[in-house]
Amino acid sequence: MNWITNSVLPKIKAWVQSEDVPDNLWVKCKSCGQMIFHREFEEANNCCATCGHHAPLSPENRFRMTFDEGKHTLVELDSISEDPLKFRDTRRYSDRLRDTRAKTGLTDAIAVAYGTIGGKPAVIAAFDFRFMGGSMGRLVGNGIVAAAKEAVARNAALITVPSSGGARMQEGVLSLMQLPRTILAVDKVRDANLPHIVLLAHPTTGGVTASFAMLGDVQLAEPGAIIGFAGRRVIEETVREKLPDDFQTAEYLQEHGMVDSVVARSEQHAFIARVLGFLMEKKPAAKVA
Amino acid sequence: MRHFLDFEKPIANLEGKVEELRHMSSDGSINIADEIGKLQTRIERELKQTYEKLGPWEKVQVARHPERPRVSAIIKQLFDDFTPLAGDRNYAEDYAVIGGMARFRGQGVMVMGTEKGSTTEERIKRNFGMARPEGYRKATRLMELAGRFGLPVLSFVDTAGAYPGRGAEERGQAEAIATSIRACLRLPTPMVSAIIGEGGSGGAIALAAGNRVVMFEHAIYSVISPEGCASILWRSGEHAQEAAEALRITSDHMKTLGVIDAIVPEPLGGAHRDQTAAISSLGTVCFEQLHSMQSMDSAALIADRSDKYLAMGDKALA
Ligand SMILES: [Zn+2]
Repeated sequence: MNWITNSVLPKIKAWVQSEDVPDNLWVKCKSCGQMIFHREFEEANNCCATCGHHAPLSPENRFRMTFDEGKHTLVELDSISEDPLKFRDTRRYSDRLRDTRAKTGLTDAIAVAYGTIGGKPAVIAAFDFRFMGGSMGRLVGNGIVAAAKEAVARNAALITVPSSGGARMQEGVLSLMQLPRTILAVDKVRDANLPHIVLLAHPTTGGVTASFAMLGDVQLAEPGAIIGFAGRRVIEETVREKLPDDFQTAEYLQEHGMVDSVVARSEQHAFIARVLGFLMEKKPAAKVA
Repeated sequence: MRHFLDFEKPIANLEGKVEELRHMSSDGSINIADEIGKLQTRIERELKQTYEKLGPWEKVQVARHPERPRVSAIIKQLFDDFTPLAGDRNYAEDYAVIGGMARFRGQGVMVMGTEKGSTTEERIKRNFGMARPEGYRKATRLMELAGRFGLPVLSFVDTAGAYPGRGAEERGQAEAIATSIRACLRLPTPMVSAIIGEGGSGGAIALAAGNRVVMFEHAIYSVISPEGCASILWRSGEHAQEAAEALRITSDHMKTLGVIDAIVPEPLGGAHRDQTAAISSLGTVCFEQLHSMQSMDSAALIADRSDKYLAMGDKALA
């Protein structure tokens, strides 16, 4: 059966495919090994009832979970010329893109939607780790830019939910240029005196952390999410030191002052609604420079 | 002793011969001026042929050449009254980032850059040019200071990347880089950035999101090192040469992609063969770029940067 084969494949792949299995099948928690009914698992937004492990969640399910009554409207993202570098490793980037699109039904690693949270207008830009590890290239950059524009136009809060291995190497330096690009985008929201909440989902690493993802007015993270600029292995090889087991986890980051709160999925809607309630209660008196 | 790269072996051999001849002629027994002249011509021809068609992997080696002009040499040659500033006011002074006020052709500016160091001792002190959060926070501090007092900023980047260390992560490496990029973007004064050697990923863009970005002819600019890219995409660091090719890290590609505005030509045989000439060209190009923004006010400068970086990715290679 599908999930048996999956259990020996990399974690992420298994989690992801579990979203497609029929209701009567079981899902094995990748953290504690507990068997969970797929339907139950999905109802809990891919969280394990036994250990609380948060498995990856698609943007669509995240929108349903976070917006009031799950109601939302997707924001259409611009298309763009592909493969700007004519990149080729063991395969052509253009082939990789085509196959990933066919397999996932996604255009790229981000989706944007608007709706309300606790009655306050909000735009969510959520990464999709299934698409090339959520890596940030130009299309993902477009997603953040579009989300920020939408937020400003709608006088809405911006909620970004990164889940990414980092910059999209196949777009070379242009993926690096998405760092300033996405920072500019979220700063438009900041300049409009609208809140930007970052919710760091597993994993958020590399270039994505060194951009908009660390510049929220409020920084939230999902339990157990790995968040960091440099990878654990690279650091271990560089400093030749055994790192703590919980190094770069959401909880570790909170302890080191990088995250305001670690919020479980079951609490996220209420938590974000409360934050927006405070930050969007009054119309700001004046634009703060 | 000059440091020769692998592909410079034929040049090294010729220069060795010149040295030998000089040594022989110093005892006055033979006149070999003609011989030396011929050899010098061959060396020049060889250098020209080699450096005209450097591949990306060769450029990686040139960009990492131990005798490449360093930021401190650039400051010394192009700036007067350099007044270094130190510390991030939070935790430490990061020697991987040099910066301070100085005069550039008479004009007061803020100059900063990542410094790899020239001697073994200095390289260690400067952590081989790999900054920690304190370095980026210091850069942010300097840019904010420059902005408040109307000083243009010139930044020079030569780094393999931000330092991957436990403490760096714990003290917010990612946040420090993001904030430094933001400081570049929000600066109300003109900013010219130069990629002078290695422009390594987030650690480079942290100081390089200027209005104008220039790059030495043989410098490289990349989202990841070719070795790192090869180990992920090819699953072996041995494919670094192919990765260097695929990543399009050279100055000509950067120009086509709209990532840089100007290429600074290097002397025959690379900047490491004639640092003074190389730095002099860099000064000329930086001055031109700075001068081109003379009539722009704060709002125009910020808008210029915003337009530039929001459009990043619109251009592609043909
Ligand atoms: Zn579990």
